[in-house]
Amino acid sequence: MSAARNPTPAPVDRRARALREALEHKGLVPEGFLERVPDRVDEQFSWHNGARVVARAWADPDYRERLLRDGTAACAELGYEGPQGEYIVVIEDTPTRHNVIVCTQCSCTAWPVLGLPPNWYKSPAYRARVAREPRPLLREMGLDLPESVEIRVWDTTAETRFLVLPLRPEGTEGWDEQRLASIVTREAMIGVALVDPPGSAG
Amino acid sequence: MDGIHDLGGMSGFGNVEIEADEPTFHEPWEALAFGLNALAVSVLRAYNIDEYRHSIERMQPAHYLAASYYERTLTGTASLLVEKEIVDRDELEARAEGAFPLSQPATLVQPDGRPVPDAPRFAIGDRVRVRDIHPVGHTRVPRYVRGASGEVLHVAPPFPFPDAAAHGLPGRREPTYHVLFRARDLWTDAAGNRESVVVDLWETYLVAAS
Repeated sequence: MSAARNPTPAPVDRRARALREALEHKGLVPEGFLERVPDRVDEQFSWHNGARVVARAWADPDYRERLLRDGTAACAELGYEGPQGEYIVVIEDTPTRHNVIVCTQCSCTAWPVLGLPPNWYKSPAYRARVAREPRPLLREMGLDLPESVEIRVWDTTAETRFLVLPLRPEGTEGWDEQRLASIVTREAMIGVALVDPPGSAG
Repeated sequence: MDGIHDLGGMSGFGNVEIEADEPTFHEPWEALAFGLNALAVSVLRAYNIDEYRHSIERMQPAHYLAASYYERTLTGTASLLVEKEIVDRDELEARAEGAFPLSQPATLVQPDGRPVPDAPRFAIGDRVRVRDIHPVGHTRVPRYVRGASGEVLHVAPPFPFPDAAAHGLPGRREPTYHVLFRARDLWTDAAGNRESVVVDLWETYLVAAS
């Protein structure tokens, strides 16, 4: 069999199935483990969790202070912890400094609060460009920051997982946490977008 | 290794497109690839996270760039399971009815002999310089900061040193540092004055800067 190896790669879905079958054949796959993966991922890892963290921080100054001091503990307070969330650091946007997250060498993300990363975050183009040319790249992606605003790029090269605490938009005074969470996006918590004020076309 | 995965600062990749309402998995096999790696790590305990990252970095560069994220997941997972003789490559190819491209073998890496640090060597505000090193094995120091100097913003708790842990060597724990670099110190004339980059670096990668 190995003497004349077929040079044409099998389609990737068939390769995935082949690995599964080989492991099953050896009795190494617990019953139901792989079938449960999509549901387990959705329960455990979601950017909507991050949106609730941001909303709480906007609504509760004490929580905001705890979140910026110890992101891991403050996220765990709301029940958000687990793999790829062992050490979370929350970075705060200010009117004069905008933060944006990347993982240039793979695609590390704070899964418990940002979910599994989206394709654009994992793309070679984003990984290659954002550390070197954040301002033009963000502009291309629809975020045109004034020249006076500093852009700080955070490269996830070790085991810290970052979450951006975006600026709370005008016009949300008196909103409860649920309503605040509803306007927060994953893109804003990574830093390639702002949270739009209510009623904007954005 | 100075591999294809170390993309930070490279040019020529084009636009970044955001997909509206993107699902977690686009195809069932993507969830399967994710699940097989989770199985290998958390149930079979076949390898650690550093070995996993390195297995992906060892993909043929052309395959790495052409493959989607979950194809890289699948390739790294399968490569390690074959290398550790948990599954057999011929069996995989027979079952897949075609070739199953795997990563290239890891380079043999020797222990660096450095002691386990008993306390962080650097503190917030310290100036540090990144050693200009080119490890042949796994490393998490990106090319674009090697030789550059910056300021420590934050000291993170100790994590296993990846250059050792990825090669089955004792992965001594050491602190990592969030180091702030001015963009102009990294990209010279290609950068503006109002940009900066923070990189999270293990202690071994750093020396004191004046």
